[in-house]
Parts: sequence; structure tokens; C-alpha cells
Amino acid sequence: MTTQRTHIMVCGGTGCVSADSLEIVEKFKGALSDAGYSDEVGVIKTGCFGFCGQGPIVKIHPDNVFYVKVSPDDVAEIVGEHIIKGRTVQRLLYQEPETQKKLPKHDEMSFYKKQYRIALRNCGLINPEDINEYIAFNGYEALGKALTEYTPDKVIEIMKASGLRGRGGGGFSTGLKWELTRKTVSDQKYVICNADEGDPGAFMDRSILEGDPHSVLEAMALAGYAIGAQEGIIYIRAEYPLAIKRLEVAIAQAREYGLLGKQIFETNFSFDIKIKLGAGAFVCGEETALIHSVEGNRGEPTKKPPYPAVEGYNRKPTVVNNVETLANVAPIILKGAEWFSSIGTEKSKGTKVFALAGKVNNVGLVEVPMGTTLREIIYDIGGGIIGGKKFKAVQTGGPSGGVITTLDLDTPIDYESLRAIGSMMGSGGMIVMDEDDCMVNIAKFYLEFTQDESCGKCTPCRLGTKRMFEILDKITKGEGTMDDITKLRTLGKTVKESALCGLGQTAPNPILSTLEYFYDEYLAHIQDKRCPAGACKALAKYKIIEEKCIGCTACARVCPVSCISGAPKQKHVIDEEKCIACGACYTACKFQAVLRP
Amino acid sequence: MSDIFSLEHADEKLKVLDAFIKEQNAEEEALISILHKAQELFGYLPSELQLYVSRKLNIPAAKVYGVVSFYSYFSQEKRGKYTINVCMGTACFVKGVEKVMHEFSDQLGVKPGGSTSDGLFTLKDVRCIGACGLAPVVMINDKVFGHVTTHDVARLISDYRAQEGSDS
Ligand SMILES: Cc1cc2nc3c(=O)[nH]c(=O)nc-3n(C[C@H](O)[C@H](O)[C@H](O)COP(=O)(O)O)c2cc1C
Ligand code: SF4
Ligand code: SF4
Ligand code: FES
Repeated sequence: MTTQRTHIMVCGGTGCVSADSLEIVEKFKGALSDAGYSDEVGVIKTGCFGFCGQGPIVKIHPDNVFYVKVSPDDVAEIVGEHIIKGRTVQRLLYQEPETQKKLPKHDEMSFYKKQYRIALRNCGLINPEDINEYIAFNGYEALGKALTEYTPDKVIEIMKASGLRGRGGGGFSTGLKWELTRKTVSDQKYVICNADEGDPGAFMDRSILEGDPHSVLEAMALAGYAIGAQEGIIYIRAEYPLAIKRLEVAIAQAREYGLLGKQIFETNFSFDIKIKLGAGAFVCGEETALIHSVEGNRGEPTKKPPYPAVEGYNRKPTVVNNVETLANVAPIILKGAEWFSSIGTEKSKGTKVFALAGKVNNVGLVEVPMGTTLREIIYDIGGGIIGGKKFKAVQTGGPSGGVITTLDLDTPIDYESLRAIGSMMGSGGMIVMDEDDCMVNIAKFYLEFTQDESCGKCTPCRLGTKRMFEILDKITKGEGTMDDITKLRTLGKTVKESALCGLGQTAPNPILSTLEYFYDEYLAHIQDKRCPAGACKALAKYKIIEEKCIGCTACARVCPVSCISGAPKQKHVIDEEKCIACGACYTACKFQAVLRP
Repeated sequence: MSDIFSLEHADEKLKVLDAFIKEQNAEEEALISILHKAQELFGYLPSELQLYVSRKLNIPAAKVYGVVSFYSYFSQEKRGKYTINVCMGTACFVKGVEKVMHEFSDQLGVKPGGSTSDGLFTLKDVRCIGACGLAPVVMINDKVFGHVTTHDVARLISDYRAQEGSDS
């Protein structure tokens, strides 16, 4: 490998794989061998580059040329032009939408410029199925250093000083959690990695596991050393087959290298890791439910305290940490707490990975320092709204979070600031919505999710989410009353206060926040029977198709509310504000020019 | 015994399952892993298979049923040869996946959760498969399709039907 002059790195993440990136890998291998270049040029399947909307991505190293939207048919040209003749294939370069400039280097693109990668440091850089590549980028050095130079207490001290907080949503200090678990006296302790990633629309953890599985394994071993555990468990969703496979490969390789197993780095420390699969229940991301699921039971949450740090898996002290949290650990041990705590805001240190999705131009994974504003993420990195439409809101925190509007686009984001504006950090899902998205419908979408995923153990959540969903459903059908808004508010408050676990306690957030910021949209649905965004099907209005209308005036004559305008032989238009959806025009038109909703 | 055990290759599949259970030391804790394996082998988890697992692990059938019914990944009904999973996650939702779901539903003549009478397709909604960058996303068995529009639906269905024609 060291003798090769060039490496062709092809993204092997779920997104690009679905767009035939594996075929691209094979084609490269074939084309290189046909041209007699197999010895000089290597092809590497990497993890996600993060720029998923532009996939499949191929990067040529060390030339630092970044090709986007590559198809298997482009392989011959890349080999013929770039590899053999040394000429960049202009056609496949990314074009900056604003400047229309073609950019060969990824670090010049605005998508990457403001990013700062710690958790994603190796994603897209190394072959995740080869432990040697992880090791070549300082992999397992932190573990070696900790085991040979630091006491467990010292490791915990560094973690505490770094200010790292849980990336799974709660934001609890990781060092403190480790310390509490260390202090609980017990013959057995466990480390669990939470890879359930339940927020629909989020894919940070999946990308880390697919692109850099060893970073999580190494951190789990470090956690094990710090708290005094010998066993680790990764609880991962069954919906992530590629991540599961990469983890299995990584664990086997780490065992083979003696980096997992007995007497690691010839010390007395032994640690091994096994994988447990989830089975499609959102609530299992909650740590007590997760532990019950690992134990082979229904994943129902239980009351805290006792916290897992005191009584967790097998009733023994257990650290539960999120994937992204863990991915930050090794760099902190290597580079020190001061380095990490110099990044971010006063109370939120380091970076956060967001899964940017929805109506934004550059969809993908972005890692930014805490304190970056939403405007920077959506406009500078995300390239703004698709089709130049108007930004309406962004949802962070998934079904537990709320909407953030233009008012707060310039708020530097961290755990506290997001909470203050009625949303939350959550795990990092960031869904951008534009003028075509109806906020009542979005709230209904989330409540449909939570009522479906409620485990049913406690009544406020089981019934409350169902009732709230039914009310929202009514409103989107134009059957809501003003009384329903009062009901939503009181129900929401009750469920928040009395539900047992985080799922129920946060389920009303999408309603409460849309009620706060988009009250007028609720009113439009209830009082005017109108969906301003035109998204609610039941409230959709009649329209005249311009191309078909010949201006016979038949519709205008029958309309009981006279809301159709247009001179004879001219195109007619329906005033949607006034239309009462009686359908008379539809029947009257002999040219099928009226579109029924 | 009822029909699942009289199916072709049922004996071999049971042997694989038995071996897997043994590998897990027949521990109750491994129940979910064992159910994953059983579903992978048989395609679904009918009550007789649940009963079989409960006897092997020496635990009440009610416990097995409780677990199977709790997790949406487990299916108690026979599924089509191809499961069409339409992602109903947030990213896909805001990109209009509902219309894609309607189109599949119309063209296959089944509601989400249902299977076609020829046993070829099951239509299902799933919550985010983590390919949100490609929304709207549809996964047919293990293959992921991104940026799916209503116009792609007919082609996807006929591609799989054609594949079936050439298989048999
Ligand atoms: C309903 C619910 C779902 C959750 N889902 C996840 C999840 O998918 N992934 C995750 O890491 N944490 C999730 N959490 C948070 C976990 O309970 C726990 O706080 C976290 O795994 C701790 O790790 P951290 O400190 O590293 O963030 C969820 C919590 C609740 C209440
Ligand atoms: S709040 Fe909801 S999900 Fe949580 S325990 Fe109660 S019923 Fe289950
Ligand atoms: S649907 Fe009825 S009210 Fe609306 S434009 Fe047609 S005729 Fe007029
Ligand atoms: S929301 Fe559809 S793949 Fe994530």
C-alpha cells in the first residue's frame, strides 16, 4: 500500500452505496488493471464524506480532487484522463451554486469551509474495514497512552475538564457520568454504546459507525478502563445492516491485534465488546428501556433513579453513551482537555454533528463548533433553500424538539440556547422546512410518530399523544374548533409534566412550539378552513389548469361565491381565499380544465 | 404440526436455528437475537414458531409473544418475497414521500402493512433508514433507492416483477 502513488477513495456509506458506489469501486479496479496501473494506484472504499446530496463521491488522493455525482459510466474517463494523463475531469467537479465556479478541492467548498471535524475526523479518509488505516491516523494511541501512563482517575479528570457533554440528547457531562459509575462499588460493570439513533431524519451515528467504527471501539475500551468494566455492548438498530457489518469486521480485527480481549497493551486491563440488535422501537433509545431490551425483554422504560450508573445492565453499574459522544473521546485523551475546551461556547464545548436534511440545497452531515449559528449552517454550509424558496423553519431535536424560525437564525447554538427558544439539541437531526410545509401538518406528523412509538406503559403518554394526534388530524381536515387549541395546550402541559420517560415528556414540544410561532396557521385551518402552505389535502382548493382553459366562462357563471375571474376567451383564475370548494366549476367545465383537489 | 414446519427446507432451517440457540447457550437474554435469526430464516414469526422458541429457551410463550408484539421489526404475518419499505422519517416526509406511498398503495392495490395476493410484495412504512440525504427513500428488501418520485413507482414494481419472471 505504501508504494502506491495515488489512491482513489470511493464513498462506501449507505447513501452512496445505494447509488451504485460499490459498482464504481469494481469498475475502477477493472479499469486500472486493464491499463496496467493496479500496482501504482489503489482503490479504497471509505466511509461517508458527509456531502450525501452530491453522491456518489470519489476523491483522488494526494491530488486532492473531489468528484461528485459520479456514475459507473464515468470511471473510464477518470482513469483515462485523471490517472493516466493527469488531467482533471472538469465535468465531474462540484460547482458552487452561488459563484457558478467549479471547485476541485473540497476544502474550498463552502459546504466544508466552516466545518471542524473531530467526531467525523476519519470519515471519508480511511477504509473502515482496515484497522491498519485507523492505526495510521493515531488510532488506538489514546488507549495505549491511557493504559500505560494514566490512572483511571486521571482519564476521568481529563474527560471532566474537557467539558464533553452527551451527544445523545441529554447533554450530561461524560466525565461526571464515568466518575459516578466508577464510584459505585460492584464486582461487575458495563459500558453500553447507544447506537439506536431513533430520531427519524438523523444519520450521524450511522455514518460514524460505517466510516470509523474503531473510534467507537477504542472509546468504549477507554470508558471501560476508566470505570472498571471488562465488558462492552453496542446496541444498534437492525435497520443499519452496513454499520452492523462494519462493526463486526472492526471487532474481529481489534481482537486479532490484541486491542480487545485479555491484557490489552500487556497491562492487566481486559475488555471485550459484543453487538446487540434492536428491533424497531424508538423508545429503546431511552437508556433504561435500552437496557431492558439488551436483557431480552420488552423495551419499556423504568423510573430513574436508580440511574444506570448505579443500577443498569444486569443490575450492575453501567455507563450508557451515545456513538458521537464516544467518537470524541480518543482525540480528547490524545490532545488534552484544554484543546477540546477551547472549542465551542462557555457551557457547550467541542463540536456537534448535524444531519442536515429537508429543503436545503446541500444535504449531508456537518460538524461545526458549538456556537455556530443556524444561519451559517443553513445558508453558508447548506447553500440555502432549494429552488430559492422562502425559509420557514427548522426542526432540531426530532420528535422531542421544536421549530426554530427566522427570528432565531442568528442564535449561536448550544444546549442552553436551543432550550431557551423552545427546542433542544437532541441528537443532531436538523430538518429544514420551506414555505410549502404546513406547520400544523408537521406537528401532526410528529405526534403520529410519538403516539405510535409510545410504549404504553404510562397513561398520560399513551392516551395523551393519541388524543393530541386526533385533534391535529381534525384541524388539518378543516374540522377543528378554537376549543381544540385550548385542549392541545392543556393536554400538552399535562403530558409533559406527568409522563414517565423522555418520550412522553417531550412529545408535546412540536405542538407547543408551532402553536407559539405559527399560531396564525392554526387559525387559518380552523377559522378559514384554509391551509396557507397548500399541504393539507383535505383543505386543498380547486385550481384551473392554464393550458387547458379556453376561456368559455362556464365556471365563472356557476360559481356561487363569484370567485372566478377572467374575461371571455382569456384564462380564468380561481381566488383560492374565497373558494368554498363546492365543486360546481369542476362539473361545469367541459374541457377538464378544473383540477379537483 | 401446522404448516410452517411442513414447508420445504423447514428441517434444515430448524437445524440452523437450533444451532444458533445453542451458540447463545439458550439464554433468555438472547431472546431478541434468536427471534431475529428465526425471522431471517423463516421470513416471519407465526405463533407456532414463537412456541418453538419458548420451549427451547424454557420460558413462557407469553413472554415470547410479549417481545414479538412489542418490536415493529418482528412480523407475525407472512410477508411477500419483496418487502417494499417506504421511509416515513421526517426528512422523507418533508420531501413528499407520502405521495410515493400512495402511488405504491394504488398500484399494488394494498394498504401499508398489506401484501399482494400473489405473495410477491409487502408494502410497509419504516422510520428512517439513515439515508436521509437521498430523501425520499424506498428500500426493497436490502436495496436502497434514493430520490424516488411517483414516476419511479411503476418501473420499480415492474423491474421486480420481471426479475421474478426470469427467476422461475
Ligand atoms: C425517547 C428517547 C429516545 C432516545 N433515543 C436515543 C438515541 O436514539 N440515541 C442516543 O444516543 N440517545 C437516545 N436517548 C438518550 C439516552 O437515554 C441517553 O441519555 C444517552 O444515550 C446517553 O448518552 P450520552 O450521555 O452520551 O448522550 C433517548 C432518550 C429518550 C427519552
Ligand atoms: S412516557 Fe410514553 S414511552 Fe415513556 S414510559 Fe410512559 S408510555 Fe412509555
Ligand atoms: S369550487 Fe365552487 S366556489 Fe370554488 S371556484 Fe369552483 S365554483 Fe367557485
Ligand atoms: S427520513 Fe427517510 S431515510 Fe431518514
